[in-house]
Amino acid sequence: MSYYFTIIGTKDNPLFESTFGTSKPGTGDGTARFRDEAAQMNQFIVHAALDLVEEVQWTTKDLYLKKVDTFQNNHIHAYITGGNVKFMLLMNADPSLTAYSNYASPPPSRASMAKQGGLLAANPTSPQTEEAVRGFMGEIYEAWVKCIMNPFYDVNSEVTSPVFRGRVSAAAKRYL
Amino acid sequence: MASSKAARIGEDVWKSRTEKINTEIVTLTYGTIVSSLCRDLLLPNTTSSTDYAAVNAELDRMGYNIGLRLVEDFLAKSNTGACQNLRETAEVISKTGFKIFLNITPIVSGWSSDGKSFGLVFEENPLADFVELPDDGRSQEELWYSNILCGVLRGALEMVQMQVDVRFVSDVLRGNDTTEMRVTLLKYIEDEMPPDDE
Repeated sequence: MSYYFTIIGTKDNPLFESTFGTSKPGTGDGTARFRDEAAQMNQFIVHAALDLVEEVQWTTKDLYLKKVDTFQNNHIHAYITGGNVKFMLLMNADPSLTAYSNYASPPPSRASMAKQGGLLAANPTSPQTEEAVRGFMGEIYEAWVKCIMNPFYDVNSEVTSPVFRGRVSAAAKRYL
Repeated sequence: MASSKAARIGEDVWKSRTEKINTEIVTLTYGTIVSSLCRDLLLPNTTSSTDYAAVNAELDRMGYNIGLRLVEDFLAKSNTGACQNLRETAEVISKTGFKIFLNITPIVSGWSSDGKSFGLVFEENPLADFVELPDDGRSQEELWYSNILCGVLRGALEMVQMQVDVRFVSDVLRGNDTTEMRVTLLKYIEDEMPPDDE
């Protein structure tokens, strides 16, 4: 199962992105298994979900917005910070199933395989999934606050700190 | 003993006679100063390469101006008399001076064999919380982030008739294990007549 995590600034500009796979024992080794087109399509799907984020953000006081969108079998969870910066996590239980084109029919569903091992994306609205992603987002939020306190970081610019990237990977290993 | 007396004075003054300010305001303000200097002081003929040597010098100069005035405030608050020797001076600086103004007590260590130079090791540096040096390849080698502290010590000690050389030798922001500042006494300043007095 694969994840694509991105941080989007206040002008809808991407500030950070990271691709990884699940590290839960038995199901994954931490590397992502997206198809080749996924590189552009993931970004596209996540940005398309931003409209929904902006709608949902006014309906709840919670910073964690849970699952906001689904596209084929990609599910997108969002977290919004006080400064209107959005953390978006795209999860895909079985990337080889995802056929981006409208014309090609997706291969027969292999949902039974996905459910084995308790993969989070197999059941994207379940409480465990939401809790796991909420925990992940919370840790990222703390790391993010420390990152923007750095006087050398220009707000709303790209995040290049290797320390931050390391923290994101560590949080991913712990929660996802 | 001199050091515990200095520590006691520091504690007392910190608790009772200083006004407190939020640490993060200090950290963020200092961070803005340093990053503004890095943006403004550029190498000649370039548009965006910071001249870190000039930034260090500017921070030192700012600290020097602060130190000249700070020492009066310090002596008024702490009421310590004159120090007899450099060792006493070092203890007072670390246990009383830094305690009153930054609520930290750097450790005095690394006395040189002739007793004219010592090191101050900082366990924590409130000026540098949350800071990561920019990764343009040179800042790690050239920028001393907390250089203002060197200037403050230099200015303050000059007002009490000691000419010193203060510089950082290691900094955790650069990847070293500790943040250490080296203070070397150059000479005691004798009062001199102004050059063109009648």
